[in-house]
Amino acid sequence: MSAEPQPQSPWQTATISRVEKRTPRVTSFWFQPSRPFTHLAGQHVDVRLTAPDGYQARRSYSIASAPEAGAGVELAIERLDDGEVSPFFHDVAEVGDEIELRGPLGGHFIWEVSDGGPILLVGGGSGVVPLMAMVRHRASQKSAAPIALVLSARVWDEVIFRDELIGLDDRRDGFDLVLTLTREQARRPADYSRRVDAKMMAQAMERLPKAPRLAYVCGSNAFVSAAAEALIDAGVPSGLIRTERYGV
Amino acid sequence: MVTRGFFSGRRPPSDIDARIPPGQYLEQGFPVLSAGPTPRVRTEDWSFTLKHGPRPVKKWNWAEFNALPQSKMTRDIHCVTAWTKFNTPWQGVLIDDIFADAGIEPPTAFTLALSFDGYSTNVPTKDLVTGKAMVALLYEGKPIPADHGGPARLLVPHLYFWKSAKWVNGLQFTERDEPGFWELRGYHMYGDPWREQRYSSDP
Repeated sequence: MSAEPQPQSPWQTATISRVEKRTPRVTSFWFQPSRPFTHLAGQHVDVRLTAPDGYQARRSYSIASAPEAGAGVELAIERLDDGEVSPFFHDVAEVGDEIELRGPLGGHFIWEVSDGGPILLVGGGSGVVPLMAMVRHRASQKSAAPIALVLSARVWDEVIFRDELIGLDDRRDGFDLVLTLTREQARRPADYSRRVDAKMMAQAMERLPKAPRLAYVCGSNAFVSAAAEALIDAGVPSGLIRTERYGV
Repeated sequence: MVTRGFFSGRRPPSDIDARIPPGQYLEQGFPVLSAGPTPRVRTEDWSFTLKHGPRPVKKWNWAEFNALPQSKMTRDIHCVTAWTKFNTPWQGVLIDDIFADAGIEPPTAFTLALSFDGYSTNVPTKDLVTGKAMVALLYEGKPIPADHGGPARLLVPHLYFWKSAKWVNGLQFTERDEPGFWELRGYHMYGDPWREQRYSSDP
Protein backbone atom coordinates (compact mmCIF):
# COMPACT_ATOMS: atom_id res chain seq x y z
CA MET A 1 0.00 0.00 0.00
CA SER A 2 1.48 3.33 -0.98
CA ALA A 3 1.59 6.20 1.46
CA GLU A 4 -1.38 8.49 1.03
CA PRO A 5 -0.52 12.12 0.42
CA GLN A 6 -1.40 14.32 3.38
CA PRO A 7 -4.69 15.98 2.46
CA GLN A 8 -4.51 19.75 2.27
CA SER A 9 -6.37 21.41 5.13
CA PRO A 10 -9.72 22.74 3.97
CA TRP A 11 -9.00 25.87 6.03
CA GLN A 12 -6.98 28.67 4.55
CA THR A 13 -5.81 32.11 5.56
CA ALA A 14 -7.55 35.11 4.05
CA THR A 15 -6.53 38.74 4.51
CA ILE A 16 -9.09 41.45 5.12
CA SER A 17 -8.56 43.96 2.31
CA ARG A 18 -11.43 46.39 2.83
CA VAL A 19 -14.08 47.25 5.42
CA GLU A 20 -17.21 49.27 4.70
CA LYS A 21 -20.14 50.06 6.97
CA ARG A 22 -23.41 49.24 5.17
CA THR A 23 -26.04 50.06 7.78
CA PRO A 24 -25.90 50.87 11.51
CA ARG A 25 -25.67 47.15 12.31
CA VAL A 26 -24.13 45.62 9.18
CA THR A 27 -20.57 45.98 7.93
CA SER A 28 -19.03 44.43 4.83
CA PHE A 29 -15.61 42.82 5.01
CA TRP A 30 -13.67 41.83 1.89
CA PHE A 31 -11.36 38.82 2.18
CA GLN A 32 -8.45 37.91 -0.10
CA PRO A 33 -8.02 34.14 0.21
CA SER A 34 -4.44 32.85 0.01
CA ARG A 35 -5.82 30.12 -2.30
CA PRO A 36 -8.32 31.97 -4.50
CA PHE A 37 -11.54 30.19 -5.42
CA THR A 38 -14.61 30.78 -7.54
CA HIS A 39 -17.90 30.44 -5.70
CA LEU A 40 -21.47 30.14 -6.94
CA ALA A 41 -23.98 32.86 -6.14
CA GLY A 42 -25.73 31.88 -2.90
CA GLN A 43 -22.87 29.88 -1.38
CA HIS A 44 -21.31 30.56 2.01
CA VAL A 45 -17.95 30.25 3.72
CA ASP A 46 -17.14 29.14 7.23
CA VAL A 47 -15.01 31.51 9.29
CA ARG A 48 -12.91 30.31 12.23
CA LEU A 49 -11.44 32.42 15.03
CA THR A 50 -8.81 31.00 17.39
CA ALA A 51 -7.99 32.36 20.86
CA PRO A 52 -4.45 32.11 22.30
CA ASP A 53 -5.49 29.13 24.46
CA GLY A 54 -6.67 27.23 21.41
CA TYR A 55 -10.41 27.87 21.84
CA GLN A 56 -12.08 28.18 18.46
CA ALA A 57 -15.36 29.68 17.34
CA ARG A 58 -16.68 29.15 13.83
CA ARG A 59 -19.66 30.55 11.96
CA SER A 60 -21.08 30.39 8.45
CA TYR A 61 -21.51 33.60 6.46
CA SER A 62 -23.10 33.94 3.05
CA ILE A 63 -21.06 35.54 0.28
CA ALA A 64 -22.48 38.85 -0.97
CA SER A 65 -20.16 39.37 -3.93
CA ALA A 66 -20.76 38.04 -7.41
CA PRO A 67 -18.60 35.07 -8.44
CA GLU A 68 -16.98 37.21 -11.12
CA ALA A 69 -16.38 40.26 -8.89
CA GLY A 70 -12.68 39.52 -8.53
CA ALA A 71 -12.03 42.05 -5.74
CA GLY A 72 -12.16 39.45 -3.00
CA VAL A 73 -14.95 37.73 -1.17
CA GLU A 74 -17.43 40.13 0.43
CA LEU A 75 -19.17 39.04 3.63
CA ALA A 76 -21.78 41.42 5.06
CA ILE A 77 -21.79 40.68 8.78
CA GLU A 78 -24.61 41.78 11.05
CA ARG A 79 -23.66 42.64 14.61
CA LEU A 80 -25.42 40.35 17.07
CA ASP A 81 -24.95 41.85 20.51
CA ASP A 82 -24.90 38.49 22.27
CA GLY A 83 -22.80 36.88 19.56
CA GLU A 84 -19.20 35.83 19.91
CA VAL A 85 -17.98 36.12 16.31
CA SER A 86 -19.86 39.11 14.86
CA PRO A 87 -18.80 41.49 17.70
CA PHE A 88 -15.19 40.50 16.99
CA PHE A 89 -15.58 41.59 13.38
CA HIS A 90 -17.33 44.83 14.27
CA ASP A 91 -15.09 45.84 17.19
CA VAL A 92 -11.69 44.32 16.49
CA ALA A 93 -11.11 43.18 12.90
CA GLU A 94 -9.41 45.62 10.52
CA VAL A 95 -7.75 45.76 7.13
CA GLY A 96 -4.64 43.57 7.07
CA ASP A 97 -5.89 41.05 9.62
CA GLU A 98 -5.61 37.40 8.71
CA ILE A 99 -8.68 35.21 9.29
CA GLU A 100 -9.11 31.49 8.64
CA LEU A 101 -11.87 30.57 6.27
CA ARG A 102 -13.10 27.52 4.46
CA GLY A 103 -15.20 27.24 1.37
CA PRO A 104 -17.03 27.90 -0.79
CA LEU A 105 -19.74 25.69 0.71
CA GLY A 106 -23.33 24.80 -0.05
CA GLY A 107 -24.94 23.18 -3.07
CA HIS A 108 -28.65 23.92 -2.70
CA PHE A 109 -29.28 27.62 -2.15
CA ILE A 110 -27.47 28.65 -5.35
CA TRP A 111 -28.39 30.23 -8.68
CA GLU A 112 -26.41 30.62 -11.88
CA VAL A 113 -27.49 32.60 -14.94
CA SER A 114 -27.42 29.34 -16.88
CA ASP A 115 -30.23 28.13 -14.58
CA GLY A 116 -32.40 30.84 -16.14
CA GLY A 117 -35.50 32.59 -14.82
CA PRO A 118 -37.94 33.88 -13.87
CA ILE A 119 -36.78 33.80 -10.27
CA LEU A 120 -38.42 35.20 -7.17
CA LEU A 121 -36.13 36.19 -4.31
CA VAL A 122 -37.47 37.00 -0.85
CA GLY A 123 -35.13 38.34 1.81
CA GLY A 124 -35.58 39.53 5.37
CA GLY A 125 -32.92 41.83 6.86
CA SER A 126 -29.45 40.34 6.44
CA GLY A 127 -31.11 37.48 4.56
CA VAL A 128 -30.52 39.63 1.48
CA VAL A 129 -26.82 38.67 1.43
CA PRO A 130 -26.89 35.43 -0.64
CA LEU A 131 -29.67 36.93 -2.79
CA MET A 132 -27.43 39.94 -3.45
CA ALA A 133 -24.79 37.61 -4.86
CA MET A 134 -27.43 36.26 -7.29
CA VAL A 135 -28.58 39.75 -8.30
CA ARG A 136 -24.99 40.92 -8.82
CA HIS A 137 -24.17 37.74 -10.76
CA ARG A 138 -27.13 38.43 -13.06
CA ALA A 139 -26.00 42.03 -13.58
CA SER A 140 -22.34 41.25 -14.24
CA GLN A 141 -23.27 38.50 -16.71
CA LYS A 142 -25.75 40.89 -18.39
CA SER A 143 -28.32 38.13 -18.06
CA ALA A 144 -31.89 38.79 -19.21
CA ALA A 145 -33.33 36.30 -16.69
CA PRO A 146 -36.27 38.05 -15.00
CA ILE A 147 -35.74 38.38 -11.25
CA ALA A 148 -37.98 40.02 -8.67
CA LEU A 149 -36.53 40.66 -5.21
CA VAL A 150 -38.86 41.33 -2.30
CA LEU A 151 -36.75 42.69 0.53
CA SER A 152 -38.11 43.29 4.00
CA ALA A 153 -36.37 45.52 6.54
CA ARG A 154 -37.47 47.32 9.64
CA VAL A 155 -36.59 50.81 8.41
CA TRP A 156 -35.20 52.50 5.28
CA ASP A 157 -31.73 52.96 6.78
CA GLU A 158 -31.45 49.26 7.56
CA VAL A 159 -31.93 48.16 3.93
CA ILE A 160 -28.57 46.55 3.17
CA PHE A 161 -27.21 47.36 -0.33
CA ARG A 162 -30.12 49.81 -0.74
CA ASP A 163 -28.59 52.31 -3.16
CA GLU A 164 -26.98 49.60 -5.30
CA LEU A 165 -30.27 47.68 -5.52
CA ILE A 166 -32.24 50.81 -6.44
CA GLY A 167 -29.64 51.55 -9.10
CA LEU A 168 -30.09 48.07 -10.59
CA ASP A 169 -33.88 48.44 -10.38
CA ASP A 170 -33.66 51.75 -12.28
CA ARG A 171 -32.10 49.99 -15.27
CA ARG A 172 -35.49 48.39 -16.00
CA ASP A 173 -33.71 45.41 -17.57
CA GLY A 174 -35.76 42.64 -16.00
CA PHE A 175 -34.66 43.06 -12.40
CA ASP A 176 -37.39 44.35 -10.11
CA LEU A 177 -36.90 45.50 -6.53
CA VAL A 178 -39.78 45.61 -4.06
CA LEU A 179 -38.99 46.97 -0.61
CA THR A 180 -41.23 46.50 2.38
CA LEU A 181 -40.59 48.32 5.64
CA THR A 182 -42.14 46.94 8.80
CA ARG A 183 -41.58 49.94 11.07
CA GLU A 184 -41.64 52.90 8.68
CA GLN A 185 -43.67 54.28 5.81
CA ALA A 186 -42.68 53.19 2.32
CA ARG A 187 -40.59 55.76 0.43
CA ARG A 188 -41.06 54.56 -3.17
CA PRO A 189 -44.45 54.31 -4.87
CA ALA A 190 -44.40 50.55 -5.44
CA ASP A 191 -43.08 49.68 -1.99
CA TYR A 192 -44.96 48.39 1.05
CA SER A 193 -45.11 49.14 4.76
CA ARG A 194 -45.99 45.81 6.29
CA ARG A 195 -44.78 42.27 6.87
CA VAL A 196 -44.63 39.95 3.85
CA ASP A 197 -47.93 38.23 3.02
CA ALA A 198 -49.54 36.21 0.22
CA LYS A 199 -50.96 39.29 -1.53
CA MET A 200 -47.52 40.89 -1.65
CA MET A 201 -46.05 37.68 -3.08
CA ALA A 202 -48.80 37.48 -5.71
CA GLN A 203 -48.17 41.09 -6.74
CA ALA A 204 -44.42 40.49 -6.90
CA MET A 205 -45.04 37.55 -9.23
CA GLU A 206 -47.13 39.77 -11.50
CA ARG A 207 -43.91 41.68 -12.16
CA LEU A 208 -42.45 38.52 -13.72
CA PRO A 209 -43.42 37.53 -17.28
CA LYS A 210 -44.53 34.11 -16.05
CA ALA A 211 -44.59 32.00 -12.91
CA PRO A 212 -41.17 31.68 -11.24
CA ARG A 213 -39.23 28.50 -11.90
CA LEU A 214 -37.73 28.78 -8.41
CA ALA A 215 -38.14 30.94 -5.32
CA TYR A 216 -35.36 31.57 -2.80
CA VAL A 217 -36.18 32.73 0.71
CA CYS A 218 -33.56 33.79 3.24
CA GLY A 219 -33.76 35.44 6.65
CA SER A 220 -34.50 34.64 10.27
CA ASN A 221 -36.44 31.49 11.00
CA ALA A 222 -39.63 33.43 11.74
CA PHE A 223 -39.27 35.43 8.51
CA VAL A 224 -38.57 32.37 6.36
CA SER A 225 -41.53 30.47 7.82
CA ALA A 226 -43.88 33.40 7.17
CA ALA A 227 -42.52 34.12 3.68
CA ALA A 228 -42.60 30.46 2.62
CA GLU A 229 -46.22 30.16 3.80
CA ALA A 230 -47.07 33.36 1.90
CA LEU A 231 -45.50 31.96 -1.27
CA ILE A 232 -47.44 28.70 -0.95
CA ASP A 233 -50.66 30.66 -0.36
CA ALA A 234 -49.85 32.71 -3.47
CA GLY A 235 -49.68 29.49 -5.48
CA VAL A 236 -45.97 28.64 -5.61
CA PRO A 237 -45.51 24.85 -5.31
CA SER A 238 -43.56 24.04 -2.14
CA GLY A 239 -41.09 21.97 -4.16
CA LEU A 240 -39.95 25.13 -5.98
CA ILE A 241 -39.16 27.03 -2.77
CA ARG A 242 -35.62 26.91 -1.42
CA THR A 243 -34.99 28.27 2.04
CA GLU A 244 -32.01 29.34 4.08
CA ARG A 245 -32.54 30.24 7.73
CA TYR A 246 -30.22 32.34 9.87
CA GLY A 247 -29.87 31.47 13.52
CA VAL A 248 -32.78 31.02 15.87
CA MET B 1 -3.45 30.09 13.71
CA VAL B 2 -4.25 32.47 16.59
CA THR B 3 -6.57 35.28 15.53
CA ARG B 4 -5.33 38.73 16.50
CA GLY B 5 -7.56 40.26 19.15
CA PHE B 6 -9.83 37.26 19.71
CA PHE B 7 -9.79 36.43 23.42
CA SER B 8 -13.18 36.15 24.95
CA GLY B 9 -15.58 34.02 23.05
CA ARG B 10 -18.28 31.90 24.61
CA ARG B 11 -15.79 29.49 26.11
CA PRO B 12 -17.69 26.71 27.85
CA PRO B 13 -16.99 26.05 31.55
CA SER B 14 -14.46 23.22 31.97
CA ASP B 15 -17.01 20.86 33.57
CA ILE B 16 -19.11 20.73 30.41
CA ASP B 17 -16.30 21.26 27.89
CA ALA B 18 -15.96 17.51 27.33
CA ARG B 19 -19.55 17.28 26.12
CA ILE B 20 -19.08 19.85 23.33
CA PRO B 21 -17.57 18.47 20.10
CA PRO B 22 -14.81 20.45 18.35
CA GLY B 23 -15.99 23.63 16.62
CA GLN B 24 -19.39 23.62 18.34
CA TYR B 25 -20.91 26.12 20.77
CA LEU B 26 -23.59 25.59 23.40
CA GLU B 27 -27.05 26.79 22.39
CA GLN B 28 -29.96 27.20 24.81
CA GLY B 29 -32.65 27.73 22.16
CA PHE B 30 -33.62 25.24 19.47
CA PRO B 31 -32.80 26.74 16.06
CA VAL B 32 -34.75 25.61 12.99
CA LEU B 33 -32.99 24.75 9.72
CA SER B 34 -34.40 23.19 6.57
CA ALA B 35 -33.94 23.24 2.81
CA GLY B 36 -37.53 24.23 2.04
CA PRO B 37 -40.90 25.15 3.52
CA THR B 38 -42.26 23.26 6.51
CA PRO B 39 -44.68 20.58 5.28
CA ARG B 40 -47.89 20.26 7.28
CA VAL B 41 -48.39 16.52 7.63
CA ARG B 42 -51.69 15.52 9.26
CA THR B 43 -51.51 12.40 11.40
CA GLU B 44 -54.52 10.96 9.49
CA ASP B 45 -52.42 11.17 6.31
CA TRP B 46 -49.24 9.96 8.00
CA SER B 47 -47.66 6.60 7.31
CA PHE B 48 -44.29 4.97 7.76
CA THR B 49 -42.91 2.41 5.31
CA LEU B 50 -39.96 0.07 5.77
CA LYS B 51 -38.46 -0.87 2.40
CA HIS B 52 -35.76 -3.20 1.12
CA GLY B 53 -34.67 -1.41 -2.03
CA PRO B 54 -37.89 -0.55 -3.87
CA ARG B 55 -39.84 -3.37 -2.18
CA PRO B 56 -42.06 -2.45 0.81
CA VAL B 57 -41.53 -4.73 3.80
CA LYS B 58 -44.17 -3.25 6.11
CA LYS B 59 -46.25 -0.09 6.38
CA TRP B 60 -47.80 1.44 9.53
CA ASN B 61 -50.42 4.16 9.87
CA TRP B 62 -50.26 6.68 12.72
CA ALA B 63 -52.31 4.59 15.16
CA GLU B 64 -50.43 1.38 14.37
CA PHE B 65 -47.08 3.12 14.72
CA ASN B 66 -48.03 4.73 18.03
CA ALA B 67 -49.04 1.28 19.34
CA LEU B 68 -45.44 0.03 18.97
CA PRO B 69 -43.32 -0.09 22.16
CA GLN B 70 -42.19 3.42 23.04
CA SER B 71 -38.88 4.41 24.58
CA LYS B 72 -37.44 7.63 25.98
CA MET B 73 -34.06 9.09 25.08
CA THR B 74 -32.47 12.25 26.48
CA ARG B 75 -29.44 13.23 24.43
CA ASP B 76 -27.10 16.05 23.47
CA ILE B 77 -27.61 17.02 19.81
CA HIS B 78 -25.10 18.62 17.45
CA CYS B 79 -26.03 20.64 14.35
CA VAL B 80 -23.48 21.04 11.54
CA THR B 81 -24.12 24.82 11.68
CA ALA B 82 -22.13 24.64 14.93
CA TRP B 83 -24.70 24.69 17.73
CA THR B 84 -24.89 21.96 20.34
CA LYS B 85 -27.90 21.58 22.62
CA PHE B 86 -27.75 19.52 25.81
CA ASN B 87 -30.30 17.11 27.26
CA THR B 88 -33.00 17.13 24.59
CA PRO B 89 -35.77 14.76 25.77
CA TRP B 90 -37.48 12.61 23.13
CA GLN B 91 -39.94 9.74 23.14
CA GLY B 92 -40.66 7.41 20.26
CA VAL B 93 -40.09 4.01 18.74
CA LEU B 94 -36.58 2.54 18.68
CA ILE B 95 -35.50 1.44 15.21
CA ASP B 96 -34.84 -1.98 16.81
CA ASP B 97 -38.54 -2.19 17.71
CA ILE B 98 -39.59 -1.18 14.18
CA PHE B 99 -37.44 -3.95 12.70
CA ALA B 100 -38.77 -6.43 15.30
CA ASP B 101 -42.39 -5.56 14.50
CA ALA B 102 -41.66 -6.08 10.82
CA GLY B 103 -40.02 -9.42 11.67
CA ILE B 104 -36.88 -8.50 9.78
CA GLU B 105 -33.16 -8.71 10.45
CA PRO B 106 -31.45 -5.81 8.67
CA PRO B 107 -30.60 -7.27 5.24
CA THR B 108 -28.01 -4.64 4.23
CA ALA B 109 -25.39 -2.46 5.92
CA PHE B 110 -26.85 0.81 4.62
CA THR B 111 -30.11 2.66 5.12
CA LEU B 112 -31.70 5.76 3.62
CA ALA B 113 -34.15 7.72 5.75
CA LEU B 114 -36.95 9.19 3.61
CA SER B 115 -39.23 12.15 4.34
CA PHE B 116 -42.58 13.54 3.24
CA ASP B 117 -40.94 16.55 1.56
CA GLY B 118 -38.63 14.44 -0.58
CA TYR B 119 -35.65 14.83 1.76
CA SER B 120 -33.43 11.85 2.33
CA THR B 121 -30.29 11.10 4.31
CA ASN B 122 -28.08 8.03 4.56
CA VAL B 123 -27.13 6.33 7.82
CA PRO B 124 -25.24 3.03 8.16
CA THR B 125 -27.67 0.42 9.50
CA LYS B 126 -25.41 -0.29 12.49
CA ASP B 127 -25.88 3.34 13.60
CA LEU B 128 -29.65 2.85 13.78
CA VAL B 129 -29.79 -0.33 15.87
CA THR B 130 -28.88 -1.45 19.43
CA GLY B 131 -30.77 1.44 20.97
CA LYS B 132 -28.83 4.15 19.12
CA ALA B 133 -31.73 5.70 17.18
CA MET B 134 -35.50 6.09 17.12
CA VAL B 135 -38.39 7.56 15.22
CA ALA B 136 -39.35 10.28 17.72
CA LEU B 137 -43.00 11.15 18.27
CA LEU B 138 -42.74 13.46 21.30
CA TYR B 139 -40.35 16.23 22.32
CA GLU B 140 -40.43 17.37 25.95
CA GLY B 141 -43.47 15.13 26.36
CA LYS B 142 -45.50 16.89 23.67
CA PRO B 143 -46.13 16.33 19.95
CA ILE B 144 -43.11 17.52 17.95
CA PRO B 145 -43.83 20.95 16.37
CA ALA B 146 -43.91 20.88 12.55
CA ASP B 147 -40.87 23.20 12.38
CA HIS B 148 -38.91 20.60 14.30
CA GLY B 149 -40.02 17.72 12.10
CA GLY B 150 -43.39 16.66 13.53
CA PRO B 151 -45.45 14.53 13.49
CA ALA B 152 -42.40 12.23 13.51
CA ARG B 153 -38.68 12.68 12.97
CA LEU B 154 -35.72 10.36 12.94
CA LEU B 155 -33.39 10.78 15.92
CA VAL B 156 -29.77 9.66 15.45
CA PRO B 157 -28.23 11.87 18.13
CA HIS B 158 -24.63 10.66 17.84
CA LEU B 159 -24.38 12.02 14.28
CA TYR B 160 -24.76 15.64 13.08
CA PHE B 161 -28.41 16.53 13.29
CA TRP B 162 -29.12 16.71 9.53
CA LYS B 163 -29.03 12.90 9.73
CA SER B 164 -32.05 13.06 12.07
CA ALA B 165 -34.47 13.53 9.16
CA LYS B 166 -37.53 15.70 9.83
CA TRP B 167 -41.00 14.59 8.67
CA VAL B 168 -39.67 11.06 8.27
CA ASN B 169 -41.97 8.60 6.49
CA GLY B 170 -39.76 5.63 5.88
CA LEU B 171 -36.50 3.73 6.03
CA GLN B 172 -35.06 2.00 2.99
CA PHE B 173 -32.33 -0.65 3.11
CA THR B 174 -29.85 -0.08 0.28
CA GLU B 175 -27.13 -2.34 -1.10
CA ARG B 176 -24.61 0.51 -1.24
CA ASP B 177 -24.06 3.65 0.83
CA GLU B 178 -26.22 6.01 -1.24
CA PRO B 179 -25.90 9.74 -0.56
CA GLY B 180 -29.05 11.61 0.51
CA PHE B 181 -30.12 15.22 -0.05
CA TRP B 182 -27.32 17.10 1.75
CA GLU B 183 -24.76 14.38 1.10
CA LEU B 184 -25.25 15.04 -2.63
CA ARG B 185 -24.68 18.73 -1.90
CA GLY B 186 -21.29 18.65 -0.27
CA TYR B 187 -22.00 17.31 3.20
CA HIS B 188 -20.28 14.31 4.76
CA MET B 189 -21.47 10.75 4.12
CA TYR B 190 -21.21 9.79 7.81
CA GLY B 191 -21.19 13.00 9.88
CA ASP B 192 -19.53 12.17 13.21
CA PRO B 193 -19.44 15.44 15.21
CA TRP B 194 -16.52 14.21 17.35
CA ARG B 195 -14.41 13.83 14.20
CA GLU B 196 -15.85 17.07 12.73
CA GLN B 197 -17.10 15.31 9.61
CA ARG B 198 -19.06 18.30 8.32
CA TYR B 199 -18.27 18.39 4.60
CA SER B 200 -17.39 15.75 2.05
CA SER B 201 -13.73 16.84 2.05
CA ASP B 202 -13.40 16.10 5.78
CA PRO B 203 -11.58 12.82 6.55
